[in-house]
Formats: sequence, C-alpha cells, structure tokens
Amino acid sequence: MPTLTLNKEVLEKLVGKKLSLDQLKDRISMLGTDLEKIEDNEIVVEVFPNRPDMLSEPGFARALSSFIGVKTGLREFKVNKASQNENYKVIIDRSVEKVRPFTACAIVKNIKFDDEKIREIVQLQEKLHVTFGRHRKKLAIGIYPLEKIHLPITYTAMKPSEIRFRPLESDKEMTGLEILARHPAGKEYAHLLKDAKVFPLFVDAKGSVLSMPPIINSHETGKVSEETSEVFIECSGFDYEVLSQCLNIIVTSLAEMGGKIFEMILDYGREKRRSPDLSPREWKLDIDYARRMIGLQLSDSEIKKLLERMGFAYSETSRKVLIPAYRTDILHQIDLAEDIAIAYGYENFEPEIPNVMTIGEEDPLEVFKNRAANILVGMGFIETISYNLTNKDVNSHKMLIKGDSAVVEIANSQTVDRSIMRSWVLPSLMQIFSENTNKEYPQKLFEIGTGFIHSSSEETGVDEVPKLAAAIARSDSDFTRIKQVVDELMKSLGLEFSLEKTDHPSFIVGRGAKILTGKKEIGFLGEINPLVLEGFGVQMPVSALELDIAKIYASLH
Amino acid sequence: MMGGSDRVRDVAGSLHPLERKVVPVLAKHLSFADIVKHSGLLDVEVMRALQWLAAKEALSLREDVREILVLGENGRKAAKHGLPETAFLKAIHKGPLKRDDVKKAANLSDDEVNACVGVLRGKAAMTISAGPVFTITDHGKRILEKDSPEEALLKKVSGHEVDVSSLKDLELLAFQSLKKRKDMLLSVLKKDWTVALTSLGKSLSKHDLKDDLVERLTPEMLASGEWKGKTFRSYDVSAVVPRKERGKRHFLNQAKQSAKSIWLEMGFKEMTGSFIQTSFWNFDALFTAQDHPVREMQDTFFIKNPSQGRLPEKKIVSAVKAVHEDGGDTGSIGWRYAWNEDESRRNVLRTHTTCLSAHTLASIRDDKLALPAKYFALGKCFRNETLDWSHLFEFNQTEGIVVDENANFRHLLGYLKAFFRKMGYEQARFRPAYFPYTEFSVEIDVWHPVHKKWFELGGAGIFRPEVVKPLLGIDIPVLAWGPGFDRIIIEYFKIQDIRELYKNDVKQLREMKEWMR
Repeated sequence: MPTLTLNKEVLEKLVGKKLSLDQLKDRISMLGTDLEKIEDNEIVVEVFPNRPDMLSEPGFARALSSFIGVKTGLREFKVNKASQNENYKVIIDRSVEKVRPFTACAIVKNIKFDDEKIREIVQLQEKLHVTFGRHRKKLAIGIYPLEKIHLPITYTAMKPSEIRFRPLESDKEMTGLEILARHPAGKEYAHLLKDAKVFPLFVDAKGSVLSMPPIINSHETGKVSEETSEVFIECSGFDYEVLSQCLNIIVTSLAEMGGKIFEMILDYGREKRRSPDLSPREWKLDIDYARRMIGLQLSDSEIKKLLERMGFAYSETSRKVLIPAYRTDILHQIDLAEDIAIAYGYENFEPEIPNVMTIGEEDPLEVFKNRAANILVGMGFIETISYNLTNKDVNSHKMLIKGDSAVVEIANSQTVDRSIMRSWVLPSLMQIFSENTNKEYPQKLFEIGTGFIHSSSEETGVDEVPKLAAAIARSDSDFTRIKQVVDELMKSLGLEFSLEKTDHPSFIVGRGAKILTGKKEIGFLGEINPLVLEGFGVQMPVSALELDIAKIYASLH
Repeated sequence: MMGGSDRVRDVAGSLHPLERKVVPVLAKHLSFADIVKHSGLLDVEVMRALQWLAAKEALSLREDVREILVLGENGRKAAKHGLPETAFLKAIHKGPLKRDDVKKAANLSDDEVNACVGVLRGKAAMTISAGPVFTITDHGKRILEKDSPEEALLKKVSGHEVDVSSLKDLELLAFQSLKKRKDMLLSVLKKDWTVALTSLGKSLSKHDLKDDLVERLTPEMLASGEWKGKTFRSYDVSAVVPRKERGKRHFLNQAKQSAKSIWLEMGFKEMTGSFIQTSFWNFDALFTAQDHPVREMQDTFFIKNPSQGRLPEKKIVSAVKAVHEDGGDTGSIGWRYAWNEDESRRNVLRTHTTCLSAHTLASIRDDKLALPAKYFALGKCFRNETLDWSHLFEFNQTEGIVVDENANFRHLLGYLKAFFRKMGYEQARFRPAYFPYTEFSVEIDVWHPVHKKWFELGGAGIFRPEVVKPLLGIDIPVLAWGPGFDRIIIEYFKIQDIRELYKNDVKQLREMKEWMR
C-alpha cells in the first residue's frame, strides 16, 4: 500500500486545527488510514488503495479536517471558463486511437511553486502513477510549465523513428526508439509501447514536443521550476472516465494549495469535451438499507451530519448524496453506508451477538484424517508438515521414478526448488530424513498431505488427492516393521486388506507391495531402494508406506 | 533437614553396589591406588564410585600430579651392572689394555666404548697412548673405590618410586647428567588421587553396610518370594533420566485443531476445497478487477500445466462478468472495463481461503432453507514470495462467514469480540480498513496482556454486494473475518524465524511443547 509522508505543521495549517499527538494518532487511524509512525514533525501514513484522493498533503488534510469537524460538507471547486481567444484547447488527432486513445486535460494558475510544492506535486504524480495508474499501464500523467508552451496543444501519434526531442534530464535530442533503448525512464517503461507502430506525443502550437506518454516529458517544455506559476496538466490512457477522475484528484489538490482551475476544450473531432468536470456525482441513498447494514436507527439529520464529516453533501428531503469529483471509491451505496459508520466512529459501536441457531460441523474427511493421524501417533510416529511446492528432483528423480511429464508445474516460481506441486508425500519424508541425519535414531515420521495429479474430470484439471505417508528409519528397519504398521492401522479401521508384489522403483526389488482392499489399490509399502537412500544421503535403512486416504475413507462408507 | 545419623542411614541405603565395595576400604586407605588394590575393583569402577560418593558429599577427591623418575632400557642395565665407564675402568685397573681388549673385557659395544673414552678422559681417569692403549690414572683408581652418584641414583630408582621434587644436591646433578644420556633415566608426569573423607564419609565408612540390599525386583524373585524380608536399595529420585520417545502430532496441527474447535463451538460448519483454483473463484468472484496488482505474476503463483480450468455454470459467470463491467443488477457501477473470460480461467494457487467462501455461497444459491448459516475454513494459502525469516510462500489462513439476512455491522463486531475472547484475547478494538471484497472493512487489534500493547490480528468485514449477489443470487449481509493464524502460533511457541514452522527438525519436533491454549 502506498505511504504518504506528511509534515505535522503543514498538515495542521491545512486542517485548520492543532491536535495533540495522541488525538492525531487516534483520529488518523479511526479515519481509515494506517498510521505507520510519528516522529518529531514527520507523520507517515499508509493510504488504502481505494482512496487515491488522500495521496497528497492537501488531499489528506481535506479528509481529516472534515472528519474531525473543522471543515465539513462538500467542497466546491470553481472551474474558470476558457475564453474564446485564449486557445485553451487540445486537439486529439485520430492517429492516437490505436495506441493511447484518450486524454483529459486542465490548466491551473496562480500557484507559487517553491521547492516544497514541486516535491509535493511530483510525489502525488508518482503515487498516482503507481497505484491508480497501475505503474502507468492504465494512465500516465504529465505536468508542464505553461509559460514555455504555445497553445493550442495537439495530442497525436508518430512513427518512433520520426520523433525527435530532448527528453527530461538528457543533454541531447533522441528519437523515440533511442529513448526506449537508452533513457532510464524509456528502459523502465518500454514494455508499455512494445507492440506500438506509432508512439503518442503532445505537441504545442509551434511544433515543440511536450512529452511522449507514458514514457517521458521534454526537457525544454516539460519541467516545472520555481519560475512556474501556471501549469498544463494532462492524463492519457484508455478510459476517459478514469483519466478524468485522476485529473480531478490532481487539480483539486492544486486548488487546495491556492491554485485556480481553468477549463480546456478537448477536440476529439466528432465530439468536444470540456475538462475538467468537477461537478459532484448525485446518488440516491436508500436510507433503510444504510440503517440496516449499520445496525443503528440513525435519523435523517444524523445521517446528514455524518455524511458531511466524510466530505459529502446530503439533502434530507430528496435523500440524495452529492459525491465530490475526486472520490473514486463510491461504487455502491454500501460505500456510503460504510463512510457513515466511519464518521460515527467504529469505537462508538456497541457490539452485539444475534440470537441465531446454527449447528457446527467438522468436515467428515478431516475428522477421518485426524483419526488416522492419532492411530499413527499411538504407534510412536512423529507428524511432519512439508511444503506442497517441491521440484522434480525430489518428487521423481531421487525416488527413481521415470517420466515426470504428468506433474503439475508452477509457471512463475521464484526458485527452481519450488517449481512443481508434489504428486505424492513419501519424497517429502525422504527429504526430511536427509536433513536430519545428525539426529537420534530411530526416526519414525508420518505426514498427511496432498498429491497433485492431472485429471480432466476436475474443474481445475487437477485432482488433489489426500495422502498419508509413513516411514521408519532405523538400523533394523525392514518390510516387517512397516507391514506391522499397515496391519495395525487397517485393523483399527476394521478394514480387510491384501498385499500383492509390485515393481515400484522406489523399493528394493521383491520387497515392495501394493495394498489392496478388495480389488482396489489404496497404497503401497516396502523397503526403500538403497539407490534412493544414497540419492538422499541417508545411511540408515528405511521402510515406508503411502496410502490414498480418500479411497480408504470411501471403503469405510 | 535430616539429622546426622538419619542422613548416614539414608545415604547408606542408597549406595550403588560399586560404592558399597569402596566405602569400607575408605576406613583404612585413602590413596587411589590403595583403594583399587583393596577393593578388588577396576580403576574405572573405583573412580566412578568415588565420583558418586563425592556427589553425595561423603568425600572430596584431590587430584595430585607428580613428576617421577623412570629407568630407560640402558638405565635398567646400568642399575644392575653399573655404568659402562665403571666397567671400562675396572678392565684397565688390572693393567693397560688395547681398545679391542677393553671392549671384550668390559663387554661393551663400539658406541659405549666411544662414549666411555670421552667421559673418562674428561674426568682425567685415564691416559691414552698410541695404539691406542688405555692406562688408568691414580685419580681413576680413587673413583673406582666407591659408587658414583649416578649409579647410586639409578639403584634408588630401580627399587622405589622417586619424586623429582625429592632430589637433593648430588642426586639432582646426577639426574641432570643421566637425563642427557640415551635411554638412561626419564621423568614422567603421574596423576594420582587422594580421598579426603567428610564427616558423613567417616561415619559411612564405619557404618555396617548390609550387602544383601535388593537392586532390582525380578519376576523370579516374585515367584520364589525371595524378596520377602529384604531391603531395596533406595534411589536418588532427582537423578536425570533419558528423554522418553513418543509419537506426536505436529505442533501446527495441534494449534489448528484447537482453532477448529473454537469455530465448531460457535456453530460454524467446515468448508474445504482445493489448493488450485481458477482465477474466477480466487479473484473474479470476489470482485477483484482483472488489472488488480494482486493478479500479477510477482504476487500470485500461476499454474503452467494445466494452465486453465473450467468455469462454473453460465448463470454465475454472466452475473460475475456483469458486476465487474457495470455492476449488473447489484446497484453498483462496477469496475467499468471489459471483463475477460480467458483471464478468469487461469489456474492459480489459492491466495486466500476466501475462495472457499465464494464456492460455498454459490453452492447454497437459491437454497432458502440453508439460511442463516455459518461456515469456516482453515488451510494453506500461497503467495509468490522468496522465503525469508518473516515470509513464507505457503501460509495458513482461517476464516469464517455468517450468511444471515438480518446481520449487520454491530453483529460483526459482536462475533469478533466473542471469537477473539475464545482465542484468549480479552480485549479487542476495531479500526476502519480496506479489503477489495468487503465493505464495511475492519482491522482487529487485540490487547496482549504480557507485552502490554495492541497488535494487529486480522481483518474482517461484510462482503460487498458485488460479491454476494452474483454467487448467492440475493443480496444479504455476509459477515466475514480471518485472524492471522501463523502469527498466533509463532507467538505461542516463541518462534523467531517463521521458516521453523515447516523445518521438520526431528529434534525440535520431539522437544516442542504441546499446544495448551
């Protein structure tokens, strides 16, 4: 989750009230942000991903100020009309349609940019890129000093080889391809333009390139400095509504810093859009639904007061909520209901246990697994738990199993050690023996786990078979000892079984057997092949068994 | 505190057979060698008995290290027959002799002859003239009149054990000169022990030790009745015994079983299901947008083979698709993007047990009789992480859901309080939180009475209508919560490194304490 670093004094000024350290801590966490730490003047908070509007100091202060009752209700932001002759216009060329079809733009004036404000706006831009913009995949943001730009602006696309400009922090002009190949930002985001035949560009009225989204701005026209007091802002991407929301978050943050917002005309050819659109969204609230979910009989006026503490406006007569344009997290009225509860204060709720009768029940197969485990424990076995993720070396090669094409493989494991799902449990026990050769013998281990096997009848294409493996490592471990275990287990369960020789390669030839109930094979046992022991570095004879628990369970019912 | 004579009787009754043989000897002998001689035991047996007696505070053992003299091979010869130079002198005392004649008369080797020539000339005991012919001097004759100090020392050593520290003046000089000669006289370090009896030891050594104490009761003794009227040797009950081997459940499973009983006692029914899930159940059904970062490769394990699974019945798939795209009939505006069916077919290792809740809601769709209902799950989940002391790629999660049309937020808090009280946390507090599939969302802090601080123990919430309605068919509250399970376990067992949960160190498994919460 993104973190935000706040200056306590700046925050207090923006909030409009001084709070003690304890109050501040308490209010910040009860507002629904995670307080990371407070040190001297520095407050670090984690902002939940559904609230990108709180990713800047002014945005955070706005929410906190309402919540503690200093400045409640809907904030109005004036959008100044673009006058005809000022060319506050962005022409969107059709060439961008296939690469990055939309942009939402605005102009903000009257900001005294100093170091602190530049840092602040860059921080907001970066955090929005990472979260809301999904690392620029969904949207990219550009902010430009208006004094260096000649309006109107054109949003167009060109062949990368024909693009030439000096990217930010570079000392010479580069082509589009050179930027992707050599510029640090180009290299980092090149994958976003991987298959593009043309690259998108913002160009001003004199033909100067402003930027090549979503990669980089121009060094000449794309860098805000302390001389800047007016900026051009654009968001480009694939969904106009998303871009517009992001733009709203930025311009309202700048407006909180004292900026004046100016409208731009976006000329999409067939249609013209006015941007930004800061008119609040209207939502009809089902007040009974909200009361029911919250569990409190709140009056209309209480609801109004609580909604205002979260920055909304509410009309008691029409029961309509006005949602500010920077709030992107209201998808359903449940989101409004939750905000009412947050404003009411989670600490003020009286918890209640309803009188509801239900019957508890453990899963029958789980009950059976437990019984089987307890029988093994009674025979002196120690239970182990291994990872389900393993590798072919342990799962097949060391067990002398040939042909491991049928195993379930992981596509993106970070280590080769963990590249498949185990298809049986016994190799895990062998692995444990190999890691415990310096511990006291005898070692008697068992594990109940899952074997992952391809099966087209399952929804996922994989059958997850519950299995029990047990193994005895001791100087006189032999077929008799492990057969005793099967004998005792099956007698305890009241199941008849028979053994039939098997040529399972993990066992010594002539000392491995299938376990059958009737004609159904439910597992196998035997003395482990010395070649297997050698592979695992175990210098102690091992006899072992593996059972299919689901099949045994089925035989019992 | 036991009185003196009680204590003597008590110790006397608990003596091991070896101690029993040694104790009477101590009345007369206190040096180790003597004790060995008179007890008729082996050195090691005596030593063991003395150490046990020392532990009983009957005696103290002093270790002495002495440097004693030992004859070499030539030294033993010289002690018997005299030193070679004496034989040499004796031979020429009768008259001057040639080298070969001296050798024969004194029975010396060439080397000895050479050595004697050097020594005797140095002492001016003889003269050498051409030939060579050796002639004794007057001084040589005087030397022969008495034993040399060297020979005297050699004779002394051959009869007794001589301490280097006891040598005086001439003996010391003789020792130093003999030490330089080959295989003549050596000094070695010798360890010895001396016993000093405590008052308990003194009483004990005079005590009448019955030698018919019964060491072990046998079936034969029981059959014959031979034990009757006999006294059993009494044991040191505080002596350390070897560890008892036993079978054991894994400590994690002990804890899981106790967590399960909490859910069961609260009337919850267990949900189980597969580790591999389609993205549909793991993400889409839980209203997690298809471009959400959690669905990226660095967070979630995807299955290469088989890479895709089947989707459930069309009714549910279309409802989920609609809710993502525009909210469908839930009153939501949805995530507003084109939902991709192929993406939802991709197989993953489940990242949470919440996918089981999704399956369960779909399974009771339109079954009004099933409600109200409570379900829980407890099992392994996966995330694509590299292993380190605080991160596991496999971890345990437990969660419960309450499906009840009358449920509300206050009920959620009520269930949480009761649940965490059962887990052993008397105080719980609630903060707003964010999870993609719940709204309301709650973070639970519990008060740790030992560490005296709050710590985060899990998340909770009410499933979003966008989750519930497409699966269950109706929009009713579904309360959900899941405490951090592994965290409670490592806290209880005081495990520093989370990897120890699955280390399967046989020694650790044997010695781990039982889950008693």
